[in-house]
Amino acid sequence: MTNGWIDIKNTDMMLIMGGNPAENHPCGFKWAIEAKIQRNAKTIVVDPRLTRTAATADLYLQIRAGADIAFLGGVINYALDNNRIARDYLVNYTNAGFIIKEGFKLPDDGLYSGFDPETKMYDKSSWNYEEGGDLSGKAVLPTPSGQNARATHVQGSDTGQGHQGASPAGAKAGASPVPLLPSKVAFDLSLQHPRCVFQLLKKQYERYTPEMVERITGIPQDQFLKAADLYTSIRKDGDMKKVSTIIYAVGWTQHSFGTQIIRTAAMLQMLMGNVGRAGGGVNALRGHSNIQGATDMAGVFDTLPGYLKMPNPNDVDLATYLKRITPISSKPDPWNSFNYWSNTPKFTVSLLKALYGPAATKDNDWAFHYLPKIDRNYSWVNIWNDMYEGKIKGLFAFGMNGVMIGPDSTKNIEALKKADWLVVCEIYPDETSEFWRAPGISADDQKKINTTVYRLPGAGFAEKDGSFTNSARWLQWKQIALPPPGEARLDQDILAMIYLKVRELYQKEGGKFADPVLNATFAYTNPYAPSLAEVAKEVSGKALADITDPKTNQTIKSGQQVPGFAWLKDDGTTACGNWIYSGSWTEAGAMIQRRGTEDPSGLGIYPNWAWSWPANRRVLYNRASCDLNGKPWDSSRRQVWWDEGKQLWVGNDIPDFKPDSAPKDHMGPFIMNPEGIGRLFVPLGGMADGPFPEHYEPIESPIANPLHPNQSNNPVVKKYKTEFDKYGTADQGFNVICTTYRLTEHYHYWTKNNPMNVQLVPEPFVEVPAELADRMGVHGGERVKVTSARSHYIAKAMVTRRIRPMKIDGKEMFQIGLPIHWGFRGIAEDEGKTAKTLANQLTPTVIDPNAFTPEFKGFLVKIEKA
Amino acid sequence: MSDRKTLQIQRMSAHPGPIPGTGVQRDVQVCKLVDTTTCIGCKACEVACVEWNDMPFGATTFDNTYQTMPETRWNFWNLIKFNEHPREDGTVQWLMRKDQCMHCADPGCLAACPADGAIVQYTNGIVDFNQENCIGCEYCVSGCPFNIPKLNPGTKKVYKCTLCSDRVGEGLEPACIKACPTGCLKFGTKDDMKFIAEERAKQLRDNFGMEKAGVYDPESIGGTHVIYVLHDATDPERYGGLPKNPTIPWSYTVWKWLFKPVLGAFALFGGLGVLLHYVTVGPRRPQPEPPNKEGTNGNGD
Repeated sequence: MTNGWIDIKNTDMMLIMGGNPAENHPCGFKWAIEAKIQRNAKTIVVDPRLTRTAATADLYLQIRAGADIAFLGGVINYALDNNRIARDYLVNYTNAGFIIKEGFKLPDDGLYSGFDPETKMYDKSSWNYEEGGDLSGKAVLPTPSGQNARATHVQGSDTGQGHQGASPAGAKAGASPVPLLPSKVAFDLSLQHPRCVFQLLKKQYERYTPEMVERITGIPQDQFLKAADLYTSIRKDGDMKKVSTIIYAVGWTQHSFGTQIIRTAAMLQMLMGNVGRAGGGVNALRGHSNIQGATDMAGVFDTLPGYLKMPNPNDVDLATYLKRITPISSKPDPWNSFNYWSNTPKFTVSLLKALYGPAATKDNDWAFHYLPKIDRNYSWVNIWNDMYEGKIKGLFAFGMNGVMIGPDSTKNIEALKKADWLVVCEIYPDETSEFWRAPGISADDQKKINTTVYRLPGAGFAEKDGSFTNSARWLQWKQIALPPPGEARLDQDILAMIYLKVRELYQKEGGKFADPVLNATFAYTNPYAPSLAEVAKEVSGKALADITDPKTNQTIKSGQQVPGFAWLKDDGTTACGNWIYSGSWTEAGAMIQRRGTEDPSGLGIYPNWAWSWPANRRVLYNRASCDLNGKPWDSSRRQVWWDEGKQLWVGNDIPDFKPDSAPKDHMGPFIMNPEGIGRLFVPLGGMADGPFPEHYEPIESPIANPLHPNQSNNPVVKKYKTEFDKYGTADQGFNVICTTYRLTEHYHYWTKNNPMNVQLVPEPFVEVPAELADRMGVHGGERVKVTSARSHYIAKAMVTRRIRPMKIDGKEMFQIGLPIHWGFRGIAEDEGKTAKTLANQLTPTVIDPNAFTPEFKGFLVKIEKA
Repeated sequence: MSDRKTLQIQRMSAHPGPIPGTGVQRDVQVCKLVDTTTCIGCKACEVACVEWNDMPFGATTFDNTYQTMPETRWNFWNLIKFNEHPREDGTVQWLMRKDQCMHCADPGCLAACPADGAIVQYTNGIVDFNQENCIGCEYCVSGCPFNIPKLNPGTKKVYKCTLCSDRVGEGLEPACIKACPTGCLKFGTKDDMKFIAEERAKQLRDNFGMEKAGVYDPESIGGTHVIYVLHDATDPERYGGLPKNPTIPWSYTVWKWLFKPVLGAFALFGGLGVLLHYVTVGPRRPQPEPPNKEGTNGNGD
């Protein structure tokens, strides 16, 4: 979340889409209710189903799963047409006025400039700013030569694009020259230049007319216009007082264009001046208590802790790596850019010191060569694909049920059959550790499976201490409620035992590359049971020598915790396990254990409750909550402001800004971008599939894309090639749109083991529109069989009027939905009461090209009586 | 606990003579407010109720609805009723209403109960069952206009929501209130809850286009100690059988109406009251269908 849970109470308008917070985040949803009651805030819910969130909405629209960009693009078009935009914000805080190079082409035919149909990748060199100066008011210009841009070509992949550089999948292209952003960007603050971002944006989305929105989304024009009018009404005539928020979850990420849906939302929020403001922002609701923490701590393959990029094989030394990942500022000459990622070397060296301690020295490049270099895409789906293809021989599965998660669970089960070994650490016997018992595997077949399965009894959440990082980026410490039962052990103890044993084996027997294992720091008081408090302190960081701030003369003694990431150094005198968590555990104590309930501003900031990254800041980009002169847009919601007397940014929240940069210096509020501004247009390698979002159809879609039928899908998305990777079409009879989701009553695949949850919702079901059920002759409670190109799913029908027939591109169509919770282990399953099919046996193996999330939403099925 | 209070009985089923302790103290009237417009049907209240009251889990079966079971059970006192209400424009309104004992000011169960002290009404408004005095006749079941009390066939005792009288007596809020994540459940004095409910209904009418929003606190039974804010107070039936004008069956009210006022004065003739009850009510027999009997409409759609 750019903002936070409690901050939702400050909003005037909510667009909830791609998420179902009332059902999946019921405790957080109280703040949406609070906004309704305290501020008369309105709610618009756009979802394929009338959910429990939609039941509380002022306006609910039923959308076809996978049509979100068309809807949001239509709202952008509406906002532009009706002047419901934040002009000053747009001109000064976004790249609306930046000029784009000649040669850039919008995707009228479905393709941006630079597409290579052979590799299915883009040459993004035309997705760049033009170098130059102030072109304001100088409408159409002679074509610039472009030689400056060419002159900035350098060796090495993604150089200078910052941490958002292209995925490691593109690492092979690293040998060819990749362009840089120009240091001085040509700009037109009148927003009239035909190649300025604003004009290109207008051109891009003027195609998203209400008629087009209706054809793609299935939302009738009058309803769409009602929603667009209501959502943008807070910016009527450009008045800046009110704020609206966008709330989403995995209903947006789980598409083959998921990242671009979120981009569209971010663009709409920037157009309307809603980012950085209390009650505004773009707010991702994380689906687990600590998913944010897992992501922050590099629980994904292509990052190191704190979103530092993972090195790839082209990074032959630390200097090469740092040059690639450290951005250089790129902005209109008269403006300023903080470009905070320019501190990347400090964060990186401090991380290496935390990881390898004394073994990381200046002479050995701070042990940079110890870090693994990723040679290909190791995202979730690829791990399973690689295992299926025999490239991965074993798997540690901690805290996740890979068979159930899918996509295409059948393929995942086949992959596990081919593995040599599998280690599962869980609190219940789950489908992954018992994959060999999956329905359809006979006793004879079981004998042919040679995978050795080790099952380790882990500890549940209430049996561990440590911190959770919530969606609002708050690190909150929890205590142990009760010890793990029986032989169950804490996860950190299990991991430590494995590590120490592996280290012992390397010590005794040596090995191919023993140094990283032998030299990793592991200085816990009890190495066999590391205290999570000690780990948390290590993550927050400490000084390894006396360090002094020349400005204040404050000194941190060697061995003391650092107060925050501003103290981190690239000379080996600091160690920090994750720079964005730096300051979470200081000499003053564990900030993450604080329980102060004071909220002096009344904005729900609670500065002394726990600790939020970065630097205990509650709303990101909060400089943008003020006008150009540093005065809050809304005097009743004062977050930060410029204090002329002190010549400092001060406020109720921690300013997300260079504290002494006066408004007249015109430093951009989006300090993590090298431009200092918010990106309506994402230049160069930021996105794999286009600098603006474009609507593409899901990989399995019932229609050809009405915008460009010849380029229906996302052009850079690749299909997988094993015999399990089948993709269905409407012609083959797969003409019902299907989506998957969770229920309030269950938590993923655990609670089917808990009698209370089972009592609330005892068995799986398929939500079927009443009109479709009538046609099928199916009554509620009768069993239906849902079949995709991959497998089938059997459950009882829940016949409902909450999902209605839709007209998609003029054709009548139906959507159905199924919850994901049930498998072949659990109370009802063990009693033989359910069909034991898995929802994710239906879903296709296809991933978003930016975040690599599978397309669990909006695939095609057929449905019949079982 | 500093604010510990003893629950004071106001009325008692089939009790001859004065209520023990009468006049010792007066409690405030308590009330639970359920705002159906902010209820998200999460069922946290269902779970909290089962857990606080330590009730055994029962089996449920899929019944074409999100609703946990068709109606409350002897071991499941708090049930969210899910109803799909078709609007004129073809869209659907999905309604969720927390169903439980309404703790009527004029409780039909108490009026109907022939067992001395099996049902009591405290001065704070809570209507509570004392199972040790219950004879399992189920008159309370047919006396209730909301279909709430349920017989445990194993013990032959009848159970229902106690409004957590054990918690309230200790100065705590009922378990369902504590568990509610959205704040759609509130607990306090009847006056305060009524005020908050009316304010909320006005807000819904003035700012959210719900012209018929209002408060459910039916006068026909003297009001209730559980009140609802409804999107459309003119049609409570759509919320899964919430009767517009709940009434206690005539046969139960008449003896009370005739004799109750004099019972206190004629304590010596208490035995006669019991006798009269049997004469007027007689052995249990099927009652005429109450106007809005629910229990058949529990399937959500």
